[in-house]
Amino acid sequence: MRPLVQIPYTLSEITGPSFERELVSPASYDLTRQHHGQPLGERIVVSGRVLDENSRPLTNTLVEIWQANAAGRYRHEVDQHDAPLDPNFTGCGQAVTDAEGRYRFVTIRPGEYPWGNHYNAWRPAHIHFSLFGPAFATRLVTQMFFPGDPLLPFDPIFNCTADEKARHRLISSFDWETTVPTQALGYRFDIVLRGRDATPMEE
Amino acid sequence: MSLQATTSQTVGPYFKIGLQWLNQSPLPVGTTAGERVTIQGRVLDGDGAPVPDALLEIWQANRHGKYAHPEDWQEKPLEPGFAGFGRIPTDSAGRFQIETIKPGPVPGPNGSEQAPHLVISVFMRGLLKRLVTRMYFPGDAGHGNDPILKLVDEERRPTLIANAASGGHLEWNVVLQGTHETVFFDLGL
Repeated sequence: MRPLVQIPYTLSEITGPSFERELVSPASYDLTRQHHGQPLGERIVVSGRVLDENSRPLTNTLVEIWQANAAGRYRHEVDQHDAPLDPNFTGCGQAVTDAEGRYRFVTIRPGEYPWGNHYNAWRPAHIHFSLFGPAFATRLVTQMFFPGDPLLPFDPIFNCTADEKARHRLISSFDWETTVPTQALGYRFDIVLRGRDATPMEE
Repeated sequence: MSLQATTSQTVGPYFKIGLQWLNQSPLPVGTTAGERVTIQGRVLDGDGAPVPDALLEIWQANRHGKYAHPEDWQEKPLEPGFAGFGRIPTDSAGRFQIETIKPGPVPGPNGSEQAPHLVISVFMRGLLKRLVTRMYFPGDAGHGNDPILKLVDEERRPTLIANAASGGHLEWNVVLQGTHETVFFDLGL
């Protein structure tokens, strides 16, 4: 591809779509309650805050996630991995952040799965995240990983983020505070969206 | 700035699971008046082959050139039912169709005016980051003074401007590579 053309932020980039809180229901952010039965696998809570680069919470931001089931299989026609689908798990969720920028999902720990990138290639367990933030410029799609996953050093996608510190910020941390007794382990994943001021618009 | 922004990762091949619930084509336009437009096109790779699983997201102003967003300071009317957002996947032949209202011109830097345009994100597997581009409308007198088009080499500007097709609709393709590669923008992401 040719080099990207640098442009300043204009009104078109510092604005962006907003979404009503009513767009999501409890079943939107609890992926274990979208069917009649419980999905198989280890139930987990994934939560965190969405902040801007100045540590300000981003409220009313839509957070969308999608993931494989516990066996490492996506409910998608392209996924031909020889692992079972779970009739009680779709693998997608939505949440809108609260006044402190917090979001919370209840889900199943996704399984690792093989893929065709190279011989014996396996994706580490991960959850895809999509966020809007307040502007067209702040839109982000990323992936959340799990602490201690032995596949991380071998994953070319995780390693696409060249900076080591930035890469490690894609790994969630185990969190006692959000772990629910007898129910689910908690993982914390904070997300920082790029500011709109990096290339200020000249008035 | 105290925090480093979280880095982008590819959407991968399975994003439909998570994102299709919000597919919006045509864009919800409510009862707004304004010029209804249909834009048809394809997402094509470097060999000219269609990309059957790309996703476009559209953001645009209303017919008055007003964004439905608190930071649009202009004293122009909002239009009930018109949000300005669309999420449109390509089909098995790489085709997409955007049905919406033609936006009005919006302010640009230094007192300039931007010609009517859509801002567009393109997501697809294999891309670490989304691609950012714009689509302008054919025949607008404001193209010559548009502050963003001015930043683009003249011979590449046509990749950002839709063509009027004989059926009354507009045509505009997203070409990922090659001679007619669409201009993609760097927002410092």
